Amino acid sequence: MVGATAKKPLPEENTTNAAAHAASRIRVEQVSHGFDAPDGRLDVLEDVDLDVAPGEFVALLGPSGCGKSTLLRLVAGLEPASAGAISQDGAPITRPDPSRIVVFQDPTLFPWRTVWDNVALGLQAQNILKQEKGRVDAALRKVGLESFAKAYPHQLSGGMAQRAALARALVNNPKLLILDEPLGKLDSLTRLEMQGELVSLWQKNGFSVLLVTHDVEEALFLAQRVVIFSPRPAKIVTEIAVDRPYPRHRDDPVLTSLRHEVLNRLGLGKSW
Amino acid sequence: MSVSATLERLPAEPRQESPGQGISILNPHGASSAPSASGAPQASRISVAAHAANSPLEGRFRFHWFGLLTVAAWSLLGAITLAWPNAPAGFEDWVYTAEFGIAALAVAALLAFFTISASIRIGFLQGANALFRHGAPWIAVSALLLTLWEILTAKTGALPPPFFAPPSSLIEVYVGDYARLADSAYNSVKLLLEGVAWGAAVGFTIGVSIGWSRTVNYWVHPILRFLGPLPPTALLPIAFFFFPSSHAASVFLIALATGFPVAILSWSGVAGVNKAYYDVARTMGASECFLIFRVAIPAALPQVFVGLFMGFGASFVVLIVAEMMGVKSGLGWYLTWAQGYAAYVNMYGALIVMTIIFSSLISLLFTVRDRVLVWQKGIVKW
Repeated sequence: MVGATAKKPLPEENTTNAAAHAASRIRVEQVSHGFDAPDGRLDVLEDVDLDVAPGEFVALLGPSGCGKSTLLRLVAGLEPASAGAISQDGAPITRPDPSRIVVFQDPTLFPWRTVWDNVALGLQAQNILKQEKGRVDAALRKVGLESFAKAYPHQLSGGMAQRAALARALVNNPKLLILDEPLGKLDSLTRLEMQGELVSLWQKNGFSVLLVTHDVEEALFLAQRVVIFSPRPAKIVTEIAVDRPYPRHRDDPVLTSLRHEVLNRLGLGKSW
Repeated sequence: MSVSATLERLPAEPRQESPGQGISILNPHGASSAPSASGAPQASRISVAAHAANSPLEGRFRFHWFGLLTVAAWSLLGAITLAWPNAPAGFEDWVYTAEFGIAALAVAALLAFFTISASIRIGFLQGANALFRHGAPWIAVSALLLTLWEILTAKTGALPPPFFAPPSSLIEVYVGDYARLADSAYNSVKLLLEGVAWGAAVGFTIGVSIGWSRTVNYWVHPILRFLGPLPPTALLPIAFFFFPSSHAASVFLIALATGFPVAILSWSGVAGVNKAYYDVARTMGASECFLIFRVAIPAALPQVFVGLFMGFGASFVVLIVAEMMGVKSGLGWYLTWAQGYAAYVNMYGALIVMTIIFSSLISLLFTVRDRVLVWQKGIVKW
């Protein structure tokens, strides 16, 4: 594999001890999934095997509509898989849990709540808001929105709204952050800026990350491992390790050659 | 376009009026070698300052011409009422004509004061002055309408008595029949609020249940679809028969009238909630209870308020009909009672009271809505 240098680090070595406490190992074994569509069964996922080590940053890359987002919903526990097993630290995932938080493409902030109350959502749902108010302010500080605590979502720009959605996820101290094209709808400048912020949030908090994206450069800039899916029903085509230190540079020649390889794998090599 | 355009034009005014100043602003800008990026904001700051320096001299006193018009209109009303003798009405003369005329002149005097106050901008009356400036056209027009009304009835008899009464004679109703009218209004409001409270509470609960639970939807939805369109007033005779008192029957019917639209719109509100909101809350460990009370209901509230407005409107109809048909008090009853005595002036008086009460209640609901849905500011206007 290109980019996989002599020493391919074992996932366990990636994380410090402190971070390992806050991160989960996710194991997806032989998972297949489908929906009952009006004209027969629609297979979305086929025999997917995926392992996310504690503290690892994994990007899922594949053609649009191939079923990557469905895999995220299964890992989040929002839906049960048709076949196969998904586990978190050895325990099977049967329902949603605050230790695995999803950030969607749309910020989906509740418009009737202020930014502060939106961020407080998880703590309130778990009935620990009264004791843990400080965590809300801390989460807002992490994403630089402390001065917008009292604003309503419609007063925020797209990037700020997505930051608020990140804070709403971080306040739960997740062990796995599930990102479903979180930067997909942002303008390109804001996207570049937030990519950098995602990396530093991940490094500071140490959780595992599962990121779905369409953006090859984004996947290579952020993730330690890029998993490439085939068109629907989605199968894993290959995995590419991105063994580059953080913070990365976008004009890093290794990343450029990796991009070439990824595009080849996606069947877009000729356009390059 | 227009707002920004006007804003740009405003600071330019003093420059055009006094060319000397304009040159002094433009000169350093043109002559200096400073880059224009830093020069431009400086120039605009100077021009604003020049404008501010001019305005106290020119703009401190600005005569409020519309204020003068309100004074004229109310003086006209007073003068015509006092000076033009009433046409013979076939019975004793309309009462309170002189009092009405004097009151109109008093209003004119008050308006004269506000015209002056708004013109020289008395500081501590700033709020009242602004209100007066805003309302002046309406104040003037309402006086003209009252004048027309007075002329058509008392002065010429073009609209014949006793079916038409001049505005001045309404004073008699409020002074003479004060107790009965106040009692009727009180009973109407009490009955209305009792019915609306029940209807809103039950309708909201049913609506949210249908929107949330499939089982409830299966059983209650057909009933709602079948019985909902029936006008509650059609049930009046039966309701008076079944219920122990006409009061209870009326509460039931008003609740029915309010409850139906509230239920339908609460239901559609809950059913239309963005499903992603539930996903977000569920991944954070939300219970079913949390999903209903913290996600579904707040998200549905804008729709619920639409239902409340519709329900309120329907409840007014039922209230008045019920009072006309069987309840022995209230404004509806007062209307039929006045009709029985051919006391048409009293009917007009009661209608005005009714209008004030109902529109106040609707305004109150608007205020509540604006408080509750403050987050909608900037999203929705209705």
